[in-house]
Amino acid sequence: MGLTGLEIFKNLPKTNCKECGFPTCLAFAMALANGKTSLDLCPYVSDEAKEALASAAAPPIHMVKVGVGENELEMGDESEIFRHDKRFNHPTVIAIEVKDNEDIEAKVDAINQLEFDHVGQHYESNMVALVNASGDAATFKAAAEKAAAKTEKAFALISDDLAALEAALEVLAERRPLLYAANKDNYEKMTELAKANNAVLAVKGEDLDSLAELVDKIVAMDFRDIVLDPGSREVGKVLVDMTQLRRQAVKKKFRSFGYPTITFTTKDDPQEELVQAGMYVAKYVSIVVMKTAKREIHLPLMSWRANVYTDPQKPVAVEPGAHEVGEVDENSPVYCTTNFSLTYFLVEGEVDTTRIPSYILSVDTGGISVLTAYADNKFIAESIAKAIKEFGLEDKVKHRKIVIPGGVAVLKGELEEESGWDVIVGPRESADIPKFAKEQFA
Amino acid sequence: MAVELYKEKYRSQVREVVLGATKEEGGTRTKTITVGGQTALPFMYFEGENPHRPVVAMEVWDVVPEDWPASLKNYFEDVYDDPAAWAKKCVEEYGADLIALRFKGAHPDGKNASAEDCIDVLKKVLEAVGVPLIIFGCGVTEKDNEIIGPIGEAGAGENLLLGIATQDNYKPVASAAMAHKHCVIAQSPVDINICKQLNILIAEMSTPLLDKIIIDPVISAVGYGIEYTYSIMERARFGALQGDRMLAMPCIADVSKEVWSKKEAYVPEEENPEWGDQADRSLAWETTTATAMLHSGTDIIVLSHPEAVKKIKTHIDELVQGGS
Repeated sequence: MGLTGLEIFKNLPKTNCKECGFPTCLAFAMALANGKTSLDLCPYVSDEAKEALASAAAPPIHMVKVGVGENELEMGDESEIFRHDKRFNHPTVIAIEVKDNEDIEAKVDAINQLEFDHVGQHYESNMVALVNASGDAATFKAAAEKAAAKTEKAFALISDDLAALEAALEVLAERRPLLYAANKDNYEKMTELAKANNAVLAVKGEDLDSLAELVDKIVAMDFRDIVLDPGSREVGKVLVDMTQLRRQAVKKKFRSFGYPTITFTTKDDPQEELVQAGMYVAKYVSIVVMKTAKREIHLPLMSWRANVYTDPQKPVAVEPGAHEVGEVDENSPVYCTTNFSLTYFLVEGEVDTTRIPSYILSVDTGGISVLTAYADNKFIAESIAKAIKEFGLEDKVKHRKIVIPGGVAVLKGELEEESGWDVIVGPRESADIPKFAKEQFA
Repeated sequence: MAVELYKEKYRSQVREVVLGATKEEGGTRTKTITVGGQTALPFMYFEGENPHRPVVAMEVWDVVPEDWPASLKNYFEDVYDDPAAWAKKCVEEYGADLIALRFKGAHPDGKNASAEDCIDVLKKVLEAVGVPLIIFGCGVTEKDNEIIGPIGEAGAGENLLLGIATQDNYKPVASAAMAHKHCVIAQSPVDINICKQLNILIAEMSTPLLDKIIIDPVISAVGYGIEYTYSIMERARFGALQGDRMLAMPCIADVSKEVWSKKEAYVPEEENPEWGDQADRSLAWETTTATAMLHSGTDIIVLSHPEAVKKIKTHIDELVQGGS
C-alpha cells in the first residue's frame, strides 16, 4: 500500500525547479504515487524526507524468511484483508510437531512423505517443529541431530529453556530456524540468541496489548526478524486476534503488528485439528503448528491452502496439449476443452472416473472457460482444428472422433468441415461425462 | 500500551429468514430456525452482531445412495431404504439442525419417481422429524419443474426451503414458494451480478419473497475451485453489510453434493497410497470444504458424514462461545 500523492508532496522541496522533468513538485509527487517515476530524480530532496518516504512506502507487513536454500520459506509481505482485492502473497507455512522424546525418525519420515501431486499442482510439507517436551537440553540437542539428519526442511525450535535452544542451535543454526518464543521475562536473552545465530524469533504476548509492548522492546534492540503470537488458543479468540493483527498492520499501518503470525492447533483429534488449521490458512496465519502428519489430513489442507493463495485476478491456465488420462492407446477416446485450469481439471477428474483411458485436448484459450472463450473467438472450429494437428492427435489415435463440450454444440458442423474429424457433442456439465462415456465408449 | 481494536463500520444488516413453521404458525415443525441478521463479518462479535449461529443440515435421499462409499453408507445401513427413519437418525443421533431431502429417485434415468411418490416421502419425513426441511430435486430441470409444484402444495404451511431457482428457471420454484408460503434457494453460478439479478427477478414476482430467499452461490469442493465461491461469498456478505439489499440474504452451501462425487472421497488407499486412508480422507474433504464455506459467511451448510457434522458443530460452538 503506497502513499498518496499529497502525502509525498509534503516531503518534497516544493520549489518547482523542474529538474526532475515534471512541471511542478505536485505533478512529480502524483507520478511517484502511481509508481511512474523514481524519487532519485529529485536532486534536492532531503535525506530525512527520503527516509520518511521509504519507510512509509514499505509494505505494511514486513517480510521474514525462515529456512535456507530450497527450503527457505517467505512469510508476511501481505497488503490485503480480502483475497478478492488482490492476491495473498505467501501461503501459510504448515509446521508439524516432533517431540524430542518420541520416535523422531518415524515422525520425520511421515513428514517427509507429505508430498502430493494434485490437480496439476505439487504440494509438500514445509517445516518441522521440534518440541522440547523432555525439558532436557541434551535430549533436545540429540533430537535436533536425529531430525536434521532425516530432512532438509526448515525448523522451528520450541522450548521455554534458553539452554535447550542454545544446544539445538549448535546443530541447526545454519538452517536459519524459528525460535519459539520470546516472552516478557526472557525477551532480552532470546533476542540476543536469535541475533547471534541469525535465527527468526517468535514473540509471544499474553494479549494484543502486551504483544505490541514486547515487539517494540525487541525492535528497540534493533531486531526485526520476528513472528507474532498473540497468545490466544481458543479458535474464536485466535480468529479475532489474527484479524486484528492484519487490520492494524494494513489499515492503520501500526508497525508493531506489521509482522508474520504464528499459532497452534489445540485439538488431539486430527480431523478437529484440520478444522482449526483450515480456518487459520484463510484467516491471516503465517505459520500453523499441527500435531498430525496423516496424509489424508494434509492433502485436503494443502489443497485448500493452494486455493486461498491463488491469484484471483489471473486465470489459472494449464499447458495446452493432448493430455493423457490413464494408459492411452490408438483407440482411446478424445475429448476437448479449454486450458482454463478449473474447467480442465473438472473434465480431467470426470474422465478419470470413467476408467476409460482417454486423451483430453486442451486448446489454448488464454486460460478462459468454454463459453467465455467461445464468445471471445478463442474456442472455435478453427482453433480446435489447429490444436488437433499441432498436438499430433492424428498420429496418436487411429479413429477420427472428437468430443466437444455440450455448451458449444453449435461448433459441430464447422469443426467437422475444418478438421475432417467426426464431432460428438458431449454433455454440458462435466459431471455428466461418466454417464456419457458409458453410453459412447464402454 | 493499549491497542485500540480496529472496528469496521457497516451500514446495513443481512435479512433474517425463518425456516419451518410450528403448529401455531400453520405447520407441524416442533421448532423453527432463523438464519441471517448479521451486522458484521462472520464471528466478528467485537464489531457487530451475528445473532444466529450457522446451522448444519444433513441430507436424506428418497432412494438408496448406491454411489456413496461404504465408509459413509455404513452409518445409514439400517435406515437408508427408509427416508423417514434416515431423517430421524440424522436428527436424533447425529444432531442435524435441518434435513435436506434430496429427491434423487425422481431422476428420469433412475427410478423416475412421480410427484405422488415424492409427496409420499415428504409426508413421511415431515411426520418423522420436527426440524425444518430443505427440498432438493433430482437435478434434471424439466423433471424438477414437474415435481416442485405438487411438493410445495403438499407441504403448504410448513415453510419449506425449496430448491433450486436459477436465472433461466426461477418461476416454478418461486411460484410454489409464493403460493404456499415457502422459502426459496436462489442459485447463481459463482457470479455476483447474476446473484443480484436473480433476487430482483424473484422480488418482482412477489416482494414478500425478498425475506424468504437463501443465496446459493454454487460451491465446489476443496481443490476444485472453491476459492471462487469463497471470494464471491465474502464479496456478497461485504456488499450486504455496505447496504446492498439485493445481496443481503443468508447463504447456503451444498457441501455434501460436491464432496461425495469427487474421487478424493471414494478412491481406495490401495489405488492411490499417496492420498492416505479413504475413510478419513473423505471425511476430511467434507470438513475442510465446510470449514472454508463457514468462514466465508455461509449460514446453512449441507453435510452427509455424521462425524463431519459433529466436528463442524463443535467448531461453531467454540466460535460462538470464544467470540462473544
